[in-house]
Amino acid sequence: MSVYEYIVRTKDLSRVYTMGGTEVKALDDVALDIRRGEYVSIMGPSGSGKSTLFNMIGGLDKPTRGTVFIDEVDMAQLTASELAFLRCRKIGYIFQTFNLIPVMTALENVTLPMVFAGLTTEDALEKGAELLSTVGLGDRRDHKPTELSGGQQQRVAVARALANDPAIILADEPTGNLDLRTGKEIIDLLRQMNEEKKVTVISATHDLKMIDVSDRVVWIRDGKIERIEEREDIQVQVGVMEGEEE
Amino acid sequence: MASVLDEVPKRGVEKQIVLPWSRALQMTRENIFVRLGRSAITASGIFLGISFLSAVLFGAAATEVLAAKQLEEIGVETSEVETQARVIWLAGMSLLVATVGIVNSMLMSVTERYKEIGTMKCLGALDSFIVRLFLLEAGLLGILGSALGAVAGTGVMTLVYAGRLGWGGALSSWGERALQLGGWAVPLWVAILVSVAIGGILSLAAALYPAWRAAKMPPAAALRSEF
Repeated sequence: MSVYEYIVRTKDLSRVYTMGGTEVKALDDVALDIRRGEYVSIMGPSGSGKSTLFNMIGGLDKPTRGTVFIDEVDMAQLTASELAFLRCRKIGYIFQTFNLIPVMTALENVTLPMVFAGLTTEDALEKGAELLSTVGLGDRRDHKPTELSGGQQQRVAVARALANDPAIILADEPTGNLDLRTGKEIIDLLRQMNEEKKVTVISATHDLKMIDVSDRVVWIRDGKIERIEEREDIQVQVGVMEGEEE
Repeated sequence: MASVLDEVPKRGVEKQIVLPWSRALQMTRENIFVRLGRSAITASGIFLGISFLSAVLFGAAATEVLAAKQLEEIGVETSEVETQARVIWLAGMSLLVATVGIVNSMLMSVTERYKEIGTMKCLGALDSFIVRLFLLEAGLLGILGSALGAVAGTGVMTLVYAGRLGWGGALSSWGERALQLGGWAVPLWVAILVSVAIGGILSLAAALYPAWRAAKMPPAAALRSEF
């Protein structure tokens, strides 16, 4: 097996929440290495700690103990503005509830990270329109989120996540609020972006459809990694799943 | 191997993440108009407070006109001149009521947008962007609410006093003393302008704490909140 270049590494990563006086270990000494350019699914039942892991990798919450390295840089060492820079330019986030800014149009949502990144309005609008076309919403750019279906909102979110050509797309239950077919479309879109743009996709999910496209599946339970499956190991399932495609 | 952080600015240089004022203003405008009902409620506290304050000030100035008129016509001093203690008391109370109203609506309006704030931070927004956006919104709503309140308050009082003083008399109240601050007799027009400014400042002050607290929240916590 070749030597991989790791874009994300976690070491002894733990997160303890205190709830009503008792300590709950949401993550317990997690060591996970994610390779550049791969599509990883973090699978587990709800409450298993996968969203907590998502928050730690994305720099959205601080670990109780342990370290997250993004490209070998310890995230805990970053200043607030460096962290904002990382979130803006290097990581694209996708959420279960889409989280588009409700008062903004699809195009304004997609261009917002580019505005933060300092692009001129013209460049941002041009690139935003292009990204919306890429996700198949070229004709919906002036629609507000409430005028879009769930699947369409999630496509806008994918376009927004790609706004500043991030190295990583982090998705938290991206299909959780979508029906089977729309969910499959979003998964395929993510895989397509992973292949075309070489962006590393890390997706926390309990949607088994996700296994289909993943290079690796990390099974997590009670805050610990249970097992990690390589794509070769799950080929059998892939065959079955592909047979179901319409 | 190129690090993703190669482009990270050296410490102290924070020019990399920006929110131009023009864009911030545009976002604020959108926020105010798209959530017009919410904005109206937020502004109504300051509107009512300043309209009441303006009415009190107008009344004080108008009774000065009335007193002068009666002195001239029948040679007696009217007993209707508002005592300064009463004016200051009423002015203070109206500002207090307005402040309580605006603090409450600002808290609500920030709290119900926690999720949006969390999202913006994921997109790279600095804490200061969040504070800036909320302060812009509060300032605009405060000035707008105060200005409309001043127009409403003085407008109604003009109608009321037009019956007793005539239109000319009612309008001449604008130059009269509305407030006595030490040795300075503050004319009505100055008092009204200052009231509008105070309305804006109160609104800003009310938004500062909730906006700052929301901006400081870790994004994960902000995203978790459901409203």
